[in-house]
Amino acid sequence: MKRTIYAFSTSLLLVAGFGPAPQALSSDVDFSGERIEWLVPFREGGGTDTWARFFAPRLSEALPGQPTLIIRNVPGGGSINGANQFDTRGKNNGQEIFGSTASTLFYAMLGDRRASYQPQDWVPVFATPTGGVLYLSSDLGIDSAAELAELGKQELIFPSLGPTSLDLVPLLAMEMLHLNVRPVFGMDRSAGRLAFERGEVNVDYQTSAPYLKNVTPLVEEGSAVPIMSWGVLGEDGSLQRDPSFPDLPHFAEVYEMIHGEAPQGQAFEVWKTFFIAGFAAQKMLFLQEGTPQEIVDTYRKAAIDISAQPDFQEQASVAIGDYDQILGDNVDTAFEMIFSLSEDDTQWIQNWLAENYDVKF
Amino acid sequence: MFDVIFAALGSLFSGPHLLYLGLGVLMGLCIGIFPGLGGIAGLSLLLPLLYGMDTISALAMLIGLVAVIPTSDTFTSVLMGIPGSSGSQATVLDGFPLAKKGQAARALSAAFTASLFGGLFGALVLTLFVLIARPIILAFGSAELFMLTLLGLSMVAGLAGKSLIKGLCACGLGLLFGTMGGAPATGEFRLSFDVDYLMDGIPLVVMGLGIFALPEIVDLLRRNTSISEATPLGGGWITGVRDMIRHKWLALRCAALGCIVGALPGLGGSVVDWIAYGHAVQTTKSKGGFGKGEIRGVIAPEASNNAKEGGAMIPTLLFGIPGSGSMAIFLGGMILIGLEPGPNMVSSNLDVTYTIIWSLALANVLGAGACLLLSGWVSRLTTIPYALMAPFMIMVICFAAFQATRSLGDLVALLAVGVLGIFLKRFGWPRPAFLIGFVLASGMENYLYQALQFNGWSFITKPGVLIIAVLLLVSVVIAVRQVARLSHQSDADAAVKGGQVSLKGRLPQVAFTLGIGAFFSYGLFDAFQVMPLARVFPAGISLTMLVLVGVMLVRQLRGKVSDPILQDMEQDENVALPVGFYHYLLWLTGLVLGCYLVGYVIAMTLFFVAFLLIRAHASLSSTLTLTACGMGFLTLLAHLMVLNLPSGLLQQVVDLPWPLG
Repeated sequence: MKRTIYAFSTSLLLVAGFGPAPQALSSDVDFSGERIEWLVPFREGGGTDTWARFFAPRLSEALPGQPTLIIRNVPGGGSINGANQFDTRGKNNGQEIFGSTASTLFYAMLGDRRASYQPQDWVPVFATPTGGVLYLSSDLGIDSAAELAELGKQELIFPSLGPTSLDLVPLLAMEMLHLNVRPVFGMDRSAGRLAFERGEVNVDYQTSAPYLKNVTPLVEEGSAVPIMSWGVLGEDGSLQRDPSFPDLPHFAEVYEMIHGEAPQGQAFEVWKTFFIAGFAAQKMLFLQEGTPQEIVDTYRKAAIDISAQPDFQEQASVAIGDYDQILGDNVDTAFEMIFSLSEDDTQWIQNWLAENYDVKF
Repeated sequence: MFDVIFAALGSLFSGPHLLYLGLGVLMGLCIGIFPGLGGIAGLSLLLPLLYGMDTISALAMLIGLVAVIPTSDTFTSVLMGIPGSSGSQATVLDGFPLAKKGQAARALSAAFTASLFGGLFGALVLTLFVLIARPIILAFGSAELFMLTLLGLSMVAGLAGKSLIKGLCACGLGLLFGTMGGAPATGEFRLSFDVDYLMDGIPLVVMGLGIFALPEIVDLLRRNTSISEATPLGGGWITGVRDMIRHKWLALRCAALGCIVGALPGLGGSVVDWIAYGHAVQTTKSKGGFGKGEIRGVIAPEASNNAKEGGAMIPTLLFGIPGSGSMAIFLGGMILIGLEPGPNMVSSNLDVTYTIIWSLALANVLGAGACLLLSGWVSRLTTIPYALMAPFMIMVICFAAFQATRSLGDLVALLAVGVLGIFLKRFGWPRPAFLIGFVLASGMENYLYQALQFNGWSFITKPGVLIIAVLLLVSVVIAVRQVARLSHQSDADAAVKGGQVSLKGRLPQVAFTLGIGAFFSYGLFDAFQVMPLARVFPAGISLTMLVLVGVMLVRQLRGKVSDPILQDMEQDENVALPVGFYHYLLWLTGLVLGCYLVGYVIAMTLFFVAFLLIRAHASLSSTLTLTACGMGFLTLLAHLMVLNLPSGLLQQVVDLPWPLG
């Protein structure tokens, strides 16, 4: 198994507090009077669209020449339509940009035949991370991750959108923890949360912002028990505790509690790759393949400038979450880790999905 | 609580907030009038403006727009038979026949008064209910929601018209169409024919326009008159207000229905108008008028679809779960201005919640008032010769359909569904039944699957399920009685008419029924290509429907002429029309083919010119003026909405400037 994932890990600076490397100023790029189209592969409203619309006016101000920046929504196929369109039609002059989310990359990584786009050729500008927390119903009588083994063969009913969605990450994680999970498909995260509140399911996860807003009250009233976060990626490429949930163990810690040893091997490496694409670098801004370096640098500098604005962090915490953006060259590192899956790894995850959930490729 | 309520009113009246509310209302009016755009397009136009606005102004503008769209979308539903948005599809059924009778102003003012009433009712319910809604919403689990979709489906019988079996077949066809695309349980693609477009299923907007609007356009063109058959226009707007006052209890019940359906996340706002319409039919003693211009058929859906917005706010604010497409964008807008919905909306952010409610009430008053003022004037549109209006109508519905996925596929789907709609109309298959089946299919399958996963078959014994089951039983009994009475009536009618339909005369409808049977057979075959969890629902429908289609075939071949199952408008009333059945279908096919070849803008321009010269016999100068107006408006709209109109083969070869390329 050839693996590039650790080759880049020494230079990883994905977590809070590590400033991006200073970049060369490129003065000859000017977007005055131009119109930049930001293609969002979803309908208006919803996570990816809101994320793009949060950044759009700021990016327009930060780019040289203050171009008009407009959002163009191309929905359909769970982001496949928009990604295909960007891949075939997008210009490489920096005037057509693309906002991706976890599923956009998942489809390509899993080899969905409808996804004809090649995201590994695109040029990333920056990425926005998120975290996720797994929680159980208090009816199960478990107080923390340390007691997970007591569940034994007890059935956990898990609301999920589908095995190839973002839920691949928790599904694979729970299997690695030997939990007896029965997923019920066709439910997005908010439907799942509602089902949890109704008592129809007894395990669920939420990404950080909705967790803090809507699940914390349930934890306080005693109906939900937080078990673990997925963690964040540390500078050495290992999993670290999520700074938003410092009291919760991350996935690798919980794995060690159950198995008595740190996670390693193909399953964990594959999980981690999907975790990076799904959470640690969930939303990414892309330029078209072959975009000149000075335009890429201009964009990357704009992203750095935006996140350095004094009120940015405060405004971002409501709209897009409380994590530091992945900026500068760090985004390359994250990007390369996402596309580090070997043929063998892809085969492995396809088999896993086919055996467990009858997914056809 | 009261001090918070009035403090919120005070802050809304201070500063420029009201101005922004008015601005939102104005935009909502303009967008709602344009069919197919609705709240989703409107809100997406507003989203870029939110950056840097203060919270209350931004909220007021968003709400102003959301609240007024279900009011103003009535214009095209009534005047042109084109559903203005998915929330006013049912309004078409009786609103448009009223316009044809020359009573457009009456229908419009009744609709707007009902909208106003519904909107205010929704705001009132929201005021009181938002504090205690949480446990009630949580009481509706998957099992209860499944039962509600069944209850909605039971309305089909009421809308089946003269022949129950035909109504059921139409509904089954809708259900099977509704299963197109990814199966909820397994994600497998059903009935997709390996076409990417069909993997998401046919969008509701396209369905509504194809099933209702296209057949009406073709029909009107063939008759070659204006929409209104009566001149001068009768039934002024005062009559409409009186109608609404006379049927106030119906409006109240429908507004309550609207609130409840809107408040339940997962049921979706697009069924509200149908449920209200079905309720109006079931509770009216003399049903003969429905579908032919019964004012109750206008009041019911309009009262409910405005009340729905108040209801839909509840899950949006309390759980951060949008109940409809426009609520999803509203939620995005809230997040962009720094408000995150959740339980805090009724504690620390209660003042924001009441600002929203006041804005909702005020926007409804402003919107309905403006629409009422416009109604008398706008209803004169119905006196224009239809051949002159038709290219605009076709441009508008193509543009609206194109909003669904913004690809050429939308236009192809529109044409295909339109052809289906034209045949359904010709052979008397009730189109409302088809659409209800289509709207409810995905919810039904999804909730049944979830209920079984969560509770097993014991979900049937849940108290909520039992209560809804009783309602369901009542609804079915009423409906069956009513169909029996109607078919009795038509028996008597036919006995008077007498005569025989020759086998040759029956052939077209028999062929159509056979075609539908073939589709169900394919549905059955297709169901066996996927895993059992994804198979049960489409296979069950297909099997049941094959039996019913078989019964229908026998009766169509053997039945007496009095059998209401026999209907072919081309044999009965349309024989004398100067233009053949397929004539305008060819025009439309030409247009879609043109879009494929040279792109939407060029093809539409050519269509305008050719149609106005050849079919409307317009002079060259007025043809060019009308074409310029139409295309100018279209490109302006596309520019504002940041749309790339569909391009064709030509654009792949040559690089043309926007908007041509």
